Amino acid sequence: MLTFLRDRKVRDILWQAAATLVTVAVIWFFVRNASENMVKAGIASGFKFLWRDSGIEVPFNLTGYRPSDNILALLWTGIVNTLLVSAAAIVVATAIGFTVGLLRLSRNWLLSSLAGFYIEFVRNIPLLFFILFWYFGVLAALPTPRDSADFLGVIFLNRRGLSIPTPDDVTGLRLALAAIVVLVAVQFGLARWAARRQARTGRDFPVWPVGLVLCGVLPILALVAGGMTTAWDVPTLRGFNYRGGFVLVPEFVALFAALSTYTAGFIAEVVRGGILSVRQGQIDAARALGLTEGRIVRLVVIPQAMPVIIPPITSQYLNLIKNSSLGAAIAYPEIVAVFMGSALVSTGQSIEIIAITLAIYLALSLAVSVFMNWYNARHKLVTR
Amino acid sequence: MKFYGLAAAAACSIAGSLIAGPAMAQTLAPSETLDAVKARGHIECGVHLGLPGFSFANDKGEWSGLDVDYCKSLAAAVLGDATKVKYTPTSVQQRWPVLQSKQVDLLARNTTITFSRNATLGVNFQGINFYEGQTFVVRTKAKVTAVKDLADATVCVAAGSTEEKTAADWFRERNLKITIINFQKNDDAISAYDQGRCDAYTAGLGALAGQRIKFKNPAEHQILTEVISNDPQGPTTRWGDERWQLVVRWVLNAQIAAEALGVTSKNVDEMKAKSTNSEVRRLLGVEGKFGEMMGLSNDWAYNLIKQVGNYGESYERTVGMGSALKLKRGSNELWTKGGLLFTPPFQ
Repeated sequence: MLTFLRDRKVRDILWQAAATLVTVAVIWFFVRNASENMVKAGIASGFKFLWRDSGIEVPFNLTGYRPSDNILALLWTGIVNTLLVSAAAIVVATAIGFTVGLLRLSRNWLLSSLAGFYIEFVRNIPLLFFILFWYFGVLAALPTPRDSADFLGVIFLNRRGLSIPTPDDVTGLRLALAAIVVLVAVQFGLARWAARRQARTGRDFPVWPVGLVLCGVLPILALVAGGMTTAWDVPTLRGFNYRGGFVLVPEFVALFAALSTYTAGFIAEVVRGGILSVRQGQIDAARALGLTEGRIVRLVVIPQAMPVIIPPITSQYLNLIKNSSLGAAIAYPEIVAVFMGSALVSTGQSIEIIAITLAIYLALSLAVSVFMNWYNARHKLVTR
Repeated sequence: MKFYGLAAAAACSIAGSLIAGPAMAQTLAPSETLDAVKARGHIECGVHLGLPGFSFANDKGEWSGLDVDYCKSLAAAVLGDATKVKYTPTSVQQRWPVLQSKQVDLLARNTTITFSRNATLGVNFQGINFYEGQTFVVRTKAKVTAVKDLADATVCVAAGSTEEKTAADWFRERNLKITIINFQKNDDAISAYDQGRCDAYTAGLGALAGQRIKFKNPAEHQILTEVISNDPQGPTTRWGDERWQLVVRWVLNAQIAAEALGVTSKNVDEMKAKSTNSEVRRLLGVEGKFGEMMGLSNDWAYNLIKQVGNYGESYERTVGMGSALKLKRGSNELWTKGGLLFTPPFQ
C-alpha cells in the first residue's frame, strides 16, 4: 500500500513538505501568541501606524520628505539614506581595498609594510569606536559657522557640514547630463570598435586621447553651459547657520569615511588572498611574453583572482550595509535611527517596526548577493 | 420549638460568618506583581540611564535622585526596607518593552505622561512626581535670550523623546526653521552639542540642570528660562493588576501628603506617638488599617517617611537647594503654597 514511499523522489518531497509545515506552524504559533498577548496587555498592534503623520524632522534627506508626511515616507527616507551611504562606501572601500591589497604584495618594503600596518590597524579596532573617532575627529577639525572655510565664496565648510549651491532650475543641467550619457556611450562604442579593428587588422587607434576629450573636456563644457543658464541658490550666512543650497552633513561624511576605510582593510586581505591563489607559473609565463608589470596584473592576475575574490567580497559588502546601522550612534538618519529610533518611540509598536527593519535588511542583503552571484557567473573564467 | 430556635440561630450564624468572614480576614483581589515582589524580596525599578538629580549611579554604583527616592519609598512601603530595590537603567527606546515584558515592576524615570502613550502602549501613569518644562541650553556668547531667537539654528536632541517632537512642532507653528539632529543616546547628543555640532541642546529644565554638569566648561553655557512645554512625569505601570497600581499611586500620594501634613523623617516617631490630627494618624497607621486594605502592613507610610523622607525632603536633597542642581520648587511645590502638587485625602 505504501509502495510509493519506496520512491526516493516522493520521500524527498514528503520530507520537504513536512519541514515546511513545521516551520510555518512554529511561526504562526509565535505570531498568534504575540498578538494575543499584546491585545491582553492593551498594546496597540497592526501596521496602520505607517500611515500616521510622523512629525519627525530629518535633517538630511534626498526624498523631499517633510515632517508632515506619514511614517511610511519617513521609512523610505531612512532606506534611501542607508542605500546612499552604503553605495558610496562600497565603491570607495573597493577602490581603497584593491589598492592596499596590491600594495601589500608590492616588492617595495616601505609600501608593503605601510599597507600591512593599515590593514592590521583597521581590522583590530571596533567599528563603533572607529565611527565615533571619525565623527568627533571631523567635528573638532572643522571651523565654526562664523569662521567657515569658503571656496570661491559659494561653497562653505564648517561644523554644520558642507554647504553647496543648488540650481533653481534643473532643465539646463538635465540636458548637459543627457549629453554626457551620449558622449560616454559613443566612447564605449568607439573603444569596442577600435579593439575589434586592432584584432582584425592590427592597426591602432588613439582611444585614450579621444576618450579624454569625449569623457573629460566636453562634459565639463556641457556642465558649465548648463549651469550658466540657471540662477543658483547660493548658501548665505543667516543668523546661526548657512541657509540655502544643499548641506552635506558631517554625520554622512564621518559614517562614509569610517565604513569605507574600515571595510577596505578587510577587502585588502581578500584581494591579497585572491592574488596569491594565482599560480606563479601564470605570472612567469606573462613575463616571458614580455608584458609590462601593469598589464600582467590587469590582464593575467586579476581575471584569474576574481572568482576567488568575489564571494568573500560579497560578504564584506553585506557587512558594510549592515554596519551602516551604527550610523544611528552619530545621528546619521538611516533606517535604524529614524525608524527603529524615532518612529519606534513615537508609536511604541516595537514588534512591527523591528520586523519591518529586519525584512528590509534581509531584502537588501539578498539583492546584493543575487547581483554578485550573477556578476561572478558572468565573469567566470572560461577554463579548458 | 427550642430545637428549631437553636437551628435557626446556627443557620443565621453560619450565614453571617459567610458574609462577615471575608470582610474580617480582608480577602483582597489577587495581585500578581505585589505577590511577586514580596516573594522575591525586592522591587525591580526601571530608571534613567544616568541623569544627575533624578536617577544617577555614583562610582560605587549607588543610585540616588528624585526618581530613585520614589523607588526606595515604594520598597520601604511594600517590604519595610528602602534598600530592597534593584535598578534597571533603561534608554528612551528600551523603556516600554522593558515594562511591557514584565522585566521591571514599574518605571520611575523622567517619562512624560502623554495621551498616545497612555492609549496605545498599555501603560498607566500613576501620578505626577515632577512637573518638567522643556527648554534649551545655548552658548552664552551666542547672545540668545528667548527661544524664538533660535530660528535657523541647529538643535541636538535625543531621538524619540517627547522633546524631539515638541521642539519641531513649536518652531513649525511659528513658521521658523530649525534643523534637528537626532542622537540615540542623551550623552552623545550632549557631547555633539559641546563639540559645536549644534547651536543648542534641548531637554527638560530639570534634566538640563543635571546634564549641564557634563559639559567641558559649564560656565560657557546658559539655560534659557523660557519653557515651551508642559511635561508632567511620574511613576508608570503596565495595564492590569489594579492593586499594584493602587500601591504605586498611593505611595506617591503618601510622600506628598506627608509633606502637606508636616511629617518628616525626623519627627515621624514623635508624630506617630503624639499627633492628634486624624489624617496623620491614619497615614501613619495609628488609626484605621489603611495598609491592610492594600495588602501591605499598616506602618507602610511610616516606613517610607522614616527611611526616605517626605516629598519635600527628597526634592531638596536630590534636585533642590541641597543638591548640585539647585532647582527652585516652582510648579513642584504643594498646592497650598502656590505649586501644583496635590494629593487626595487619606480618608
